[in-house]
Amino acid sequence: MNTSATAESIVASPETGFERPNYLNAEYGLRSWLLTRDHKRIAILYLISVSAFFALGGLFAMLIRLELLTPEGDLMQPDTYNRVFTMHGVIMVFFFLIPAIPAVLGNFLVPIMIGARDLAFPRLNLASWYIYTLGGLFVLWAMVNGGVDTGWTFYTPYSTSFSNTHVVATALGVFITGFSTIFTGLNFVVTIHRMRAPGMTWFRLPLFIWSHYATSLIILLGTPVIAITLLLVAAERVLHLGIFDPRLGGDPVLFQHLFWFYSHPAVYIMILPSMGVISELVAAFSRKRVFGYKVVAFASIAIAVLGFLVWGHHMFVTGQSIYAATVFSVISMLVAIPSAVKVFNWTATLYEGSVSLQTPMLYALGFIGLFTLGGLTGTMVATLGIDVHLHDTYFIVAHFHYVMVGGTIMGYLGGLHYWWPKMTGRLYPAFLSRLSALLVFVGFNLTFFPQFILGYLGMPRRYWSYPEEFQVFNVLSSAGASVLGVGFILPLCYFIWSMRYGKRSGDNPWGAVGLEWDTPSPPPTENFYTVPVVTHGPYEYNTQEVHARTSHPEARVG
Amino acid sequence: MASTAFDTHLEGPHGAHGGHHHPSLQHQFDSLEQQKESSTLGMWMFLVTEIMFFGALFTAYVIYRSLFHGVFATASHHLDVTLGAINTAVLIGSSLTMALSIRAAQLNRRKTIVLFLLLTILLGGTFLGIKSVEYGHKFHDHLVPGPHFAPEDPAIQAVADKAQVFFSLYFIMTGIHALHMIIGIGLLTWLAIASWRGRFDSTYYTPLECTGLYWHFVDIVWIFLFPLLYLIGAHAR
Repeated sequence: MNTSATAESIVASPETGFERPNYLNAEYGLRSWLLTRDHKRIAILYLISVSAFFALGGLFAMLIRLELLTPEGDLMQPDTYNRVFTMHGVIMVFFFLIPAIPAVLGNFLVPIMIGARDLAFPRLNLASWYIYTLGGLFVLWAMVNGGVDTGWTFYTPYSTSFSNTHVVATALGVFITGFSTIFTGLNFVVTIHRMRAPGMTWFRLPLFIWSHYATSLIILLGTPVIAITLLLVAAERVLHLGIFDPRLGGDPVLFQHLFWFYSHPAVYIMILPSMGVISELVAAFSRKRVFGYKVVAFASIAIAVLGFLVWGHHMFVTGQSIYAATVFSVISMLVAIPSAVKVFNWTATLYEGSVSLQTPMLYALGFIGLFTLGGLTGTMVATLGIDVHLHDTYFIVAHFHYVMVGGTIMGYLGGLHYWWPKMTGRLYPAFLSRLSALLVFVGFNLTFFPQFILGYLGMPRRYWSYPEEFQVFNVLSSAGASVLGVGFILPLCYFIWSMRYGKRSGDNPWGAVGLEWDTPSPPPTENFYTVPVVTHGPYEYNTQEVHARTSHPEARVG
Repeated sequence: MASTAFDTHLEGPHGAHGGHHHPSLQHQFDSLEQQKESSTLGMWMFLVTEIMFFGALFTAYVIYRSLFHGVFATASHHLDVTLGAINTAVLIGSSLTMALSIRAAQLNRRKTIVLFLLLTILLGGTFLGIKSVEYGHKFHDHLVPGPHFAPEDPAIQAVADKAQVFFSLYFIMTGIHALHMIIGIGLLTWLAIASWRGRFDSTYYTPLECTGLYWHFVDIVWIFLFPLLYLIGAHAR
């Protein structure tokens, strides 16, 4: 992994204001962004749109928490509440959690990490962003015109025969956005197979790449199923076809099978890329090789495979055969094994490492905490008997927020903080960013831990009012949501600030290894001045004198 | 921007065969071979998603057929086996002409490529034409599911609800298949124009190959649809 001589001969100097040619200053103007085929610019486009949808979904979350501050349904009508939590779910799941890490960090980093100039299909990549935007417009149209009230799960026959809201527009929006995910996944698989730099063997790939590869496989195998399922729902509403209609002999449970065949693996589409980020962060801030590299790599693949065999655990109370339920229960528990392997291996990586608690590392440690709690409660609800008690209660809500939201957001924010200097060439304020990591962690636990208790005590999900005994926990939860909100607004502010006023970061502010740190920050359009030749594994912190390779060793954040 | 990127790379280790680079080589690839391998792998991955897409429909079909076996056999009698069989032959023929157009590209025969592509379009169009005649019959016989479903056959009337499930599957499966054919014909038209302009020869015909994969896939879907929808009641007749 050698930087070329050309890279060193033109060094940026903050004093003269001279900037090396990079992907940000290669071209100017809106047109150069909207028609770009550079994976780095497309990542930035995704960053903007994904953040916008996150803010929108967060707004709906705020409305939910406000309504639940008091036992009475006083802020809104029950119908409105149904629409609010549905829009929250649809926007967060399909327009934030699923694309967040692959489409932003993955898009930016996959080609650079394997030493390629771009993804295999740059035009397809740009198309995926436009398709995402188009799908988003459908959902926004539905939202402005009154929203949807089916829950993000679109369960039939309510969604097909009874709901009087904009199910078709929303379902089509999700259908369309599915193709953007497919295009991204397809691009990653082909790029990782065919575009690796000389010497970049499979076992020299960073774990970030392995987890994105596993994610892409799930995307390719799962997303088409939700696409056709939602298309069938739309066809049943519009054309009165009778696939799921019980009046004609159709089976609504079939919808649930098809829906969860995708939507359970979708959880792994959210969490696997995040795990990839965490592997990078833990190694970089422990100055150590990831413990058991191959096992962690294969754990990603194992999670992807097992993820397809557990969908029935969403249907333990749906009249599924008891034998099927037993099998689904057992396989669901098996998922805990590769997940735990990862947690233990990250912990073992920390052991005797030179751990530095920089902002990204704080997020990574937060991830391990939240994911462990989410995972352990996952084995609880995978147990048939316990699930019958906890099904459709706030325990489930808390569980999946810990895994999906805690997992994805900690990885996403941690990754953004880690690679922000790479993406922009700028540093952000150290104190504020650490504060944000702390606020997100504390706020998250304050929001969702009380919901475990609420659910265990029997508070069902999706109700807009509740008995007075539950108020204490709901107030705690709403208070936590406010803290969480501040934790999200902070990075938004200082990231925007840093783009113009942040200190220049140098090429490698963390002294990290990996191909992405061997090229300038921000990288040139073609990523590398010469094609890198890879001679060793991704985390050679022990064997190489890292600090000597760092361009600005003194420029440590914080 | 892109050209400077490429020029820099000429000096890299992969610059060896970059001396006079092919007009169809995109900047992110080092060689035409890498580009071709990537494109075909991408197409195969896309076909995997297509298999899962149709797979959900086939799953629904298998479940309902096992639940309502007799009804499906009865309803199947109302599909036109003759037209279906002709369409099967037409579609297999179109796969042959598709393959022959690729062969023509490998042999650098520009006009032959165009000829076979046009033949493929013609056969694809024939399939859609016959399909629309069949759809027309279904509308005429009130066999389209929904509020206007009013079959005259008493055997169907007796099981009108479940027969609607069969016809729902019939229309959605053949409908989505036909949509894929229409997209395919669009692609073939674009290929025919590009071939006429001499875009493809034995050094570069990746778009032909990828569209060919797609076309064969659509063909294979029909090979499954035909017996599953048309022939299940044959022995009970």
